[in-house]
Amino acid sequence: MDNAENLIALLVAAPLLGAVVLLLGGRRLDRTGHWVGTALAGASFVVAVVLFTEMLGRPGDDRTLYQHLFSWIPVGGFQADVAFQLDQLSMTFVLLITGVGSLIHLYSVGYMEHDERRRRFFGYLNLFLAAMLLLVLADNYLLLYVGWEGVGLASYLLIGFWQHKPSAATAAKKAFLVNRVGDMGLSLAIMVMFTTFGTFAFGPVLDSTGSASEGTLTALGLLLLLAACGKSAQVPLQSWLGDAMEGPTPVSALIHAATMVTAGVYLITRSGAIFDAAPAAQLAVVTVGAVTLLFGAIVGCAKDDIKKALAGSTMSQIGYMILAAGLGPVGYAFAIMHLVTHGFFKAGLFLGAGSVMHGMNDEVDMRRYGGLRRYMPITFVTFGLGYLAIIGFPGLSGFFSKDKIIEAAFAKGGTEGWILGGAALLGAAITAFYMTRVMLMTFFGEKRWQPDAKGELPHPHESPRTMTAPMIVLAFGSVFAGGLLSWHESFVKWLEPVTGFDHGHAPLGAAAITTATVAAMVLGVALAYLQYGRRPVPATPPRGSLLTRAARRDLLQDDLNHVVLVRGGEHLTRSLVYVDHSLVDGVVNGTAASFGGLSGRLRKLQNGYARTYAVTMFGGAAVLIAATLLMRAV
Amino acid sequence: MSFPLLTAAAALPALGAIATAAVPAGRRTAAKWLALLVSLGTLALAAVIAVRFEPGGERYQLTESHAWIADFGVRYELGVDGIAVALIALTAVLIPFIILAGWNDADPAPDAAPGLGGAAPGSGGTPAGAKHYRWRPTQGFFALILSVEAMVILSFEATDVFLFYILFEAMLIPMYFLIGGFGDRAHAGSDEHAAAQRSYAAVKFLLYNLVGGLIMLAAVIGLYVVAGNFSLTEIAAARADGTLEMAATIERLLFLGFFFAFAVKAPLWPLHTWLPNAMGESTAPVAVLITAVVDKVGTFAMLRFCLGLFPEASAWATPVILGLALVSIVYGALLAVGQRDIKRLIAYASISHFGFIVMGIFAMTTQGQSGSTLYMVNHGISTAALMLVAGFLISRRGSRLIADYGGVQKVAPVLAGTFLIGGLATLSLPGLAPFVSEFLVLVGTFTRYPVVGVIATLGIVLAALYTLVLYQRTMTGPVKEEVRTLPDLRLRELVVVTPLIALLIFLGVYPKPLTDIVNPAVEHTMSDVRQKDPRPEVEAAQ
Amino acid sequence: MNPVNYLYLAALLFTIGASGVLIRRNAIVVFMCIELMLNACNLSLVAFSRMHGNLDGQIIAFFTMVVAAAEVVVGLAIIVSLFRSRHSASVDDASLMKL
Repeated sequence: MDNAENLIALLVAAPLLGAVVLLLGGRRLDRTGHWVGTALAGASFVVAVVLFTEMLGRPGDDRTLYQHLFSWIPVGGFQADVAFQLDQLSMTFVLLITGVGSLIHLYSVGYMEHDERRRRFFGYLNLFLAAMLLLVLADNYLLLYVGWEGVGLASYLLIGFWQHKPSAATAAKKAFLVNRVGDMGLSLAIMVMFTTFGTFAFGPVLDSTGSASEGTLTALGLLLLLAACGKSAQVPLQSWLGDAMEGPTPVSALIHAATMVTAGVYLITRSGAIFDAAPAAQLAVVTVGAVTLLFGAIVGCAKDDIKKALAGSTMSQIGYMILAAGLGPVGYAFAIMHLVTHGFFKAGLFLGAGSVMHGMNDEVDMRRYGGLRRYMPITFVTFGLGYLAIIGFPGLSGFFSKDKIIEAAFAKGGTEGWILGGAALLGAAITAFYMTRVMLMTFFGEKRWQPDAKGELPHPHESPRTMTAPMIVLAFGSVFAGGLLSWHESFVKWLEPVTGFDHGHAPLGAAAITTATVAAMVLGVALAYLQYGRRPVPATPPRGSLLTRAARRDLLQDDLNHVVLVRGGEHLTRSLVYVDHSLVDGVVNGTAASFGGLSGRLRKLQNGYARTYAVTMFGGAAVLIAATLLMRAV
Repeated sequence: MSFPLLTAAAALPALGAIATAAVPAGRRTAAKWLALLVSLGTLALAAVIAVRFEPGGERYQLTESHAWIADFGVRYELGVDGIAVALIALTAVLIPFIILAGWNDADPAPDAAPGLGGAAPGSGGTPAGAKHYRWRPTQGFFALILSVEAMVILSFEATDVFLFYILFEAMLIPMYFLIGGFGDRAHAGSDEHAAAQRSYAAVKFLLYNLVGGLIMLAAVIGLYVVAGNFSLTEIAAARADGTLEMAATIERLLFLGFFFAFAVKAPLWPLHTWLPNAMGESTAPVAVLITAVVDKVGTFAMLRFCLGLFPEASAWATPVILGLALVSIVYGALLAVGQRDIKRLIAYASISHFGFIVMGIFAMTTQGQSGSTLYMVNHGISTAALMLVAGFLISRRGSRLIADYGGVQKVAPVLAGTFLIGGLATLSLPGLAPFVSEFLVLVGTFTRYPVVGVIATLGIVLAALYTLVLYQRTMTGPVKEEVRTLPDLRLRELVVVTPLIALLIFLGVYPKPLTDIVNPAVEHTMSDVRQKDPRPEVEAAQ
Repeated sequence: MNPVNYLYLAALLFTIGASGVLIRRNAIVVFMCIELMLNACNLSLVAFSRMHGNLDGQIIAFFTMVVAAAEVVVGLAIIVSLFRSRHSASVDDASLMKL
């Protein structure tokens, strides 16, 4: 194919068309809309596969495709174009987004069957796909920013899809606001780029990092990290992700597990040249990654809500990716590899959770599950494979990608390497613990089912085929993706032209680290089995230790935000409203009032008596004459 | 001599205003249609101006010049540059929607309640019955709107300082009657209370702007004393080639005189308090007229007159003005968060946005000034969309308080959807027009004043806060009993909102037609103030 | 000739007229006092005319008389209609023109 690059726009256009048609189509499309949306997502995937084969047919260093659509904002030296760049990194994302996206569209057909606003749901999903593809295909930071905020909007609309629930509306608003703080970082980063380089296109900026000062690059790196923290729910901007689980489960699977939340990893990997030249910024990145991977894991251990436990896990796994991306060329490829395998198994886990909820009258509390493996065999098996993948069971996807990240962390060298590697290992143990907990509480043990709000006991049943089919496909991915990608380092070689690669030297041998990782996993599983497998799970949560209680409240992050930002903000705005009314307006009104008082006194002179006026006149005349005479005399 | 296109674009609405006012009392509908047709005709003329204007040509085009008051060198001198063309187009586009949105706003209420929708401000009493008194509020309402349009368009075209001053002041008169005479029917208190509030708002509007205008008059006279004529082009040329020297103090004083008037109108902190009152008390279409059309004259005049006539003084005042703009941005946004009244919230949001516009103008970079011009256009459209939908909502429920709403999206999804898009435009979501301009302003400011740029960027977080809080409280959550029966948007309302949203999307995705017109004009302004964009620190590899 | 005596007389008449306007309440009397002041001015005009030996002052005096006559017509009409409506010719009773 000669003009493969002309197809790139089609990737974005197909889901965008779907969004427009579905959102403007009106009730006529209520019965067919979901299939239209799914078909267009699938079409995008087909185009992605075509482009992928085209790309494979080219030599490794000539695989980047460009497509220039039109000049967007031309003002003086500020030239923003709508132009796409499809290289190996973008291609990986495009395949993941359209592939998992199409599966989740299919799943939603069944999941949202009884929702009267299903057409709109698919419109939003398509909008999300378009924005996410724009994000990874843009050839400059400003267009990336459009996609960046676009996915934020789609996320806002989808989290708040059930708007009549105040909790959903609040969660949606919170997600958008926290993301906006991150977006501020990205927009400032673009401003710094423009001031420094006079451009913000990937090519020129990343090629000329050598000529910029390290201070500028560190600032750029920190700003980009802020953006990544917002979008990828990393500490300190992680608080929105747990609440975002208010959205329908397919949304949690697609946006808040597989794709959108990984955009931060994409941003850091894409801007690798900047971070490589700014060690201080890299240190900040690995710190954020290490802290978040532990933070998320600890939160995940304490949650009883199945989706929130998985959300904590997502946070933690993205922490791994950020950590890897912060390690530089040693880690970029592994960050993306973990991102891909995580996309499979986490999406599968969420879809499994959705399937369980579907069968349990939308109950989310795991303490009211139990013994479900016999009632939902397909869900159990696919969920189980996802579980084995995420804890890093040898041979499954998660094992390959996570092991490499831990290895790379140790390879950082020195004390730093030990701390990062240790944190990653500890994280692996906790991951195994909380995932085993989820598994045991949901599928094993006694039935602890409770009647729902209408007083009906749930009748768990396997979900329809539109839902199980995507779960099965994703389970295959969870099992085989890791092995496939590590086969002869195929994935690393594929990405190398874009991200570069560097074999690190770990202080321990690779075998030792792998052994330690597996040992950590076994330890975590064993501990969880002792606590949740051997003993019955209480239907009401026990009081728990101080740490457990704090973890249930997301380690007090929300409380801190509430006290510092919400309360403080409320006081500030309230006092400013007062100031505006009484001080700013008061000065003006005071001036008016003093003029009013003066005129009130002056108007007494106007008493209506003709004789008074005559006196005034005579007086005036006398003064005039006196003045004239005086002037003469002088 | 060619056809006086610029005069025609102002004369048509002026004549239309007279004709509308003359329509007999019984034929209200005819008056509405007449006004709408006239505004559409003006739109057509504006389109012709935009087509005839050559972006690469002379700075001022389609010029007209006639002697007016020969003794004082006052001339009737018109001409447009790219900035003026953009703003004339904005005005001409918005007025038909304002008229359509206010279609029934000025009709006498069925029970002929006094004070609502017709009585002159402060008069309190009304005729005992429409029979004895030829009461024609509808005709008056539309005639006033058209007369404002005529004056605003002419003020964008005027290149004679005195002519501009007269229009700048004269447009206060119809605005005063529009604010004071046609208040919002949705008022919490009694009719008397509403009338008093309205009267307060109208008088406050008038006084603020009159004081500003008075100070400007002194500066206009001072300019004449110094320069000997009122022609913007002649004075600017004389300043540029050095034939007209001005002492620094005098230039600064004159600059301040002009700037004060424009800052009141813009409005810039701390001269802003008239805007929330005026926008809160007037009907939604009039509020749009104030903030989207009339206020733009202030920011436009900063670009054209302050920078064009007093370049050195502008540079001298820049730090203070940037400070005020920054305060406006943050302060306006914070106050918007604290509002309980939908329309006042939008008014404070506008104050924040005007801060951005002023900041972009005085950042003295191409991006900043092009961004500001685009901002004026985009803010006009986005505020119109948001405010008019808010007006439709308020007219249904009869309350302006946010707390009186909840769950509207369930009952009226189209209304809620358009409201959300208007809100997203207000918070500058990429893909919608305001993003382009806001980002240009921020980049333009950042290249020269990084700290100012960083603080201003806070505004985008606060904008998200007030917009989403407003949306959440009014549209989401459980449906309140009182809103359960609200109808969704009607055909007329859809005709108003849909084109505005289409424009927002179009100008967000493809703003090039607009930037192509504006950029050359901005380059002229940049050379007026003898500034060049800062160069990048390092040369990027290509 | 020496105009001093004429001027003294004119000043005296003017002062009487002015005090009458200020002190008296009856509109007719006030009116007559105004005439007195006018005539005081006329007297000085004529006196100066005589002193300078040209007719300018006398011509202005004629103008004054014409104006005074017109004033009488309007003024008396006002006073009469005021009296009709208020049954009083006191100037203090007509004090409605105030804030």
